Amino acid sequence: MAAAIPSRELLHLFRSSLRGTSARPHLRLHPRTCARAIATHTHSQHAEAISILPTAVDTSSADFKENKRQMDELMAKMTELHTRIAKGGHEKARAKHVARGKMLPRDRVTALIDPGTSFLELSQLAAYEVYPGEDVPAGGIVTGIGTVEGVTCMIVANDSTVKGGTYYPITVKKHLRAQAIAQENRLPCIYLVDSGGANLPHQADVFPDRDHFGRIFFNQARMSSAGIPQISVVMGPCTAGGAYVPSMSDESIIVAEQGHIFLAGPPLVKAATGEVVSAEDLGGGKLHSEISGVTDYLAVDDAHALVLARRSISNLNWIRGQAPPSSAVTKTYKEPIHDPSELSGIVGTNLRRQIPAHEVIARIVDGSVFAEFKPNYGSTLVTGFAQIYGHRVGIVANNGILFSESSLKGAHFIQLCAKRQIPLVFLQNISGFMVGADAEKGGIAKNGAKLVTAVSCAEVPKFTVVFGASAGAGNYGMCGRAYSPRFLWTWPNARTSVMGPEQLSSVMEAVGKSVDPDLKARIERESEATFGSARLWDDGVIPPEHTRRVLGMGLQAAMGGQAKEVETTFGVFRM
Amino acid sequence: MRALRRPNQLARLLNASTASGARRSSTAVPVAKPLTSVLIANRGEIALRVGRTASEYGIRTTTLYTDPDARSQHALSSPFAINLGDPAAYLDGDRIIEVAKREGCEGIHPGYGFHIAEREPNIRAEMHRGGPYLYWSAMGSYRSYGKQKSKDIMIAAGVPCIPGYHGSEQDPQYLKGEAAKIGFPVLLKAVKGGGGKGMRIASTPEVFLDQLESAKSEARNSFGDDVMLVEKYITTPRHIEVQVFADKHGNCVALGERDCSIQRRHQKVLEESPAPHLNEDVRQDLWEKARAAALAVNYEGAGTVEFIFDNDSGEFFFMEMNTRLQVEHPVTEMVTGEDLVHWQLIVAEGGKLPLTQAEIEQRISERGAAIEARIYAENPDMNFIPDSGLLLHLKTPKVTPTVRVDAGFVAGDEVSSHYDPMIAKLIVQGPTREAALQKLHSALEEYEIAGPITNIEFLKKVCVSPDFIAGNVETGYIEKHREELFERETIKLEVLGQAAIGLLLQETEKVEHDAFARASGSVVGFGTGYQQREFHLVEIPADGKGESTATTVRVRQTSPGKFNVEVNDTEYLNVDSVLDSASKTITSFYPHTRLATTFIRDEERVILFQQGKQYRLQLVVPKWAEKALGIKDVTNSVLAPMPCKVLRVEVQEGDTVVKDQPLVVIESMKMETVIRSPHDGVIAKVVHGKGDLCKAGTALVEFEEQS
Repeated sequence: MAAAIPSRELLHLFRSSLRGTSARPHLRLHPRTCARAIATHTHSQHAEAISILPTAVDTSSADFKENKRQMDELMAKMTELHTRIAKGGHEKARAKHVARGKMLPRDRVTALIDPGTSFLELSQLAAYEVYPGEDVPAGGIVTGIGTVEGVTCMIVANDSTVKGGTYYPITVKKHLRAQAIAQENRLPCIYLVDSGGANLPHQADVFPDRDHFGRIFFNQARMSSAGIPQISVVMGPCTAGGAYVPSMSDESIIVAEQGHIFLAGPPLVKAATGEVVSAEDLGGGKLHSEISGVTDYLAVDDAHALVLARRSISNLNWIRGQAPPSSAVTKTYKEPIHDPSELSGIVGTNLRRQIPAHEVIARIVDGSVFAEFKPNYGSTLVTGFAQIYGHRVGIVANNGILFSESSLKGAHFIQLCAKRQIPLVFLQNISGFMVGADAEKGGIAKNGAKLVTAVSCAEVPKFTVVFGASAGAGNYGMCGRAYSPRFLWTWPNARTSVMGPEQLSSVMEAVGKSVDPDLKARIERESEATFGSARLWDDGVIPPEHTRRVLGMGLQAAMGGQAKEVETTFGVFRM
Repeated sequence: MRALRRPNQLARLLNASTASGARRSSTAVPVAKPLTSVLIANRGEIALRVGRTASEYGIRTTTLYTDPDARSQHALSSPFAINLGDPAAYLDGDRIIEVAKREGCEGIHPGYGFHIAEREPNIRAEMHRGGPYLYWSAMGSYRSYGKQKSKDIMIAAGVPCIPGYHGSEQDPQYLKGEAAKIGFPVLLKAVKGGGGKGMRIASTPEVFLDQLESAKSEARNSFGDDVMLVEKYITTPRHIEVQVFADKHGNCVALGERDCSIQRRHQKVLEESPAPHLNEDVRQDLWEKARAAALAVNYEGAGTVEFIFDNDSGEFFFMEMNTRLQVEHPVTEMVTGEDLVHWQLIVAEGGKLPLTQAEIEQRISERGAAIEARIYAENPDMNFIPDSGLLLHLKTPKVTPTVRVDAGFVAGDEVSSHYDPMIAKLIVQGPTREAALQKLHSALEEYEIAGPITNIEFLKKVCVSPDFIAGNVETGYIEKHREELFERETIKLEVLGQAAIGLLLQETEKVEHDAFARASGSVVGFGTGYQQREFHLVEIPADGKGESTATTVRVRQTSPGKFNVEVNDTEYLNVDSVLDSASKTITSFYPHTRLATTFIRDEERVILFQQGKQYRLQLVVPKWAEKALGIKDVTNSVLAPMPCKVLRVEVQEGDTVVKDQPLVVIESMKMETVIRSPHDGVIAKVVHGKGDLCKAGTALVEFEEQS
């Protein structure tokens, strides 16, 4: 057997991976003349080199610079918007809050989490331009994932500087979303309660339905029963329904002369029974900690309460890292060899241009190492194995329209990951499945359905990042919100809509409806990342270069807790 | 360095052996057989110092220790270590002699002799009974004369003595009369005293009796004897002493003088040789008189003849003779290049002195100047009050042939309140006084001690004090330069930044080892993120007085090891910091500079060493802690300033006292301290009575609340 002469590309690849070897004398591969077969030893760095993604990005090109300029502009806007929202309520409300000796909600979160750890805040854009004439920054509630005493926790903090911390419909949705994440990933919950309860003018959209206010307490009871600890810190009012948050918690802490828990406040009590009683006597910390037993610990102030909350978490006996076997996280990891900050120049904001998926993957995964599965088949969908901060993941990324082959390949790859208990990361930039006679003949409907079935049934943690378009059934096949990924994040340049505004207008015209002249502009606006994020279609808009970090924290939440492995059973794949 | 040093040492050894060998062969006195074992009857650095030379000559050493000293370095230095138990047992001379006999030690080395010195006659007596070689004492024979008699002998030998009363009549009124004869101010001194203990100045007849009582009490507690002498007090004196050595063959040499004028609480802190600004004829005269003094008492062994030098008149007077090796002997070793403990061995074995007076003078002229700084656990800003406690961190300067550290402790040891609070001695040598001083300053900058408060910062200030550099020394130097030496410095902003970064890094260490937290630690998402934390740090006022305002330092971690730091109105962006827990060093790259800071956390305190300076900070107790922990307001109490024993309580409950009235007399580190009332008031409670042992910060007396 003669040794194959290596292809030029391969040699090039080896050389680039073995910097400094070019000075050596010319390497000659002798054809084997002897009869006896022997295995040629492959050096590990040669073996590894085949998985390192190369890059074709030219950072000095005009295209790159233009893309970067546009993206940077958008990023600056986003930063400004997020910074403004992170301030919370009006200056006056904040000043009053601080003057009372209370900490602002985001400061409470910082004090609660371990020093040197990050807080992954969710859906900061909630309620942004949702309620006409009303500014409800972050929906009046801060939710996110943080590490407390080494335990990854879900933290839910009311912002009483925003409309008194009352619950708007979006506030409820955000609170419930946080609980859903906690439940799915088995994260202990810490509620920093400082809320006036339901926002009364919006009561119809807040109070009675399945996913309204009552669901909060339902979730608390169910999570507690499932062994997911619920801890409350009462740092302000907890009136009426709100009184159940601490009451339904495993342990509650209350701040003296600041936290109040009662089913009805002093004015309502007076109106109902004529009894005149102060808030403190009716439901203050002293009363509840000494007499009623509604709370377990009495704190002097916010800082003290948070120290007590940290102590409660330290006593959860929460054994970490139980779920993933030792192979799930490697001891060491490398940062990507290609700079994630180049993503803005690669992507730009013009979605008409194809975004090269490999270039995106190369800037997200460890060492830019990607073991691509079926690279030459159905190449508009890129599939393969990689690691993120040492967590093994399967990546499914759009690199064009979904054809039958790409869908089949995707379904196949998802099956592999489900069998192997490998979490899936969907990188979504899809305008849809292929349409037309050829596609239908090829069974695009049933092949697309296979992908949707696989995505729906795979019982491994799934993460979705929308890095471009998210349209049509492509949204479904690529694990859109309806497919319950553990987390879904959106890049600022992303567009989410059933179809592009122009197509939508022309379809409307084609079916003979009179078209609102503003329709196109409205659809355009509604497909923007901020619009969707404001309505909680995602868990937040993230800077492209933070994708790796955000996914790493998502994996930490999903894999670092006490979630158990579940065997996947797929539905019927139509053959 | 070693390679350079070896030939010198070798040459020295050869010289010594040939010189003494030659003399031995010519002497009529039978040459003793060399000592093979010795009991070191002392503790700390001196025990280690003596042990070092003893082992160099193959002499087996036995060390002594007490319960609090069981794990101290000197106790661990030899496989033969005897426990005496009681903390005061180092003073029990009879017991020590007993131990030496039992352990078969041929000799006893008393170290600096403070404790066993008093038993010297007994040792001699034992020596006669037990045979010529059973006990070797490094003591001279002078002490047995007593102070008054020795003074008479000195006068007879032509050694100038200071006017004074040294008699046995101890009636206070009589002594007061003698004081009047001498003329005020007078110095009161315990006959058995030493090291400033049992010593007081009476500047006027009115305070004489008070001071006498105080001196007597201290003397009783320290030496078990309160016989006092009264002497003329010189107002601008210098303390100059001459190291002498005498052998059994009638040879006596002076190994140069030491100026020990920089003193606090009548105890030496800096000692140097040669003494600055001394005319050569005066110097020669001093040496001459010192040798005359030694010869007059048929002295034998190592001794120090102490003189008081009147800066105004240029006169000097004989003070006393210390019949032992002294704390500051390394200064002489540095300028002569000799090992004085070895000399003691030679003399004890019956040998002859290794060098002649001319040879010594030659050596001194070649070797320039040496200076020693005593590193004490004490607070200079609180009148040098002794401190004690665990040595959390200890880093000594690099030892070279010209930089020597004699220490009794290593990091992790405890400076016990039972004993003298000296931690170490730092001795440097240079071709000139200026060079030596400069080297001392830089070595002190390298010296890092965290735990007890030390005098290192103070010593550094003395080193750069212009009058000291100019050699204008006197015993009142510290008092006269108080303003300059105790000036409060403003803390650099970067120090506070380093402290805050250190506090944060210390707590984030465990995060780094968590495989599930790898993605954590950086800013995630838009906006500035959640990593900003405030640290409230208070610079501890060294004197415990004055405003202690907290500085707020804001630190925002942008990614692991990267910080934006805000101190007051100054912001440092992208500071790259690493904490190395082994060396306790934070290395930070600020936009403008690199700083390597030693960071020591001691519960509520943070001690930093940066660019040769120590900084002591205190964490602000959070507002809630007071209430949550039930911390009592202590403004109405008088607290013990250090770990101590209550000697006397001068007030009773219900007494009305005025400001500065004595309340309690405490004893710590063998020093008596009077705790005075901080203000007028009524005593509500005497918390601790006579004999109680108190920790630092415990309330001794509580006042009634003032309405």
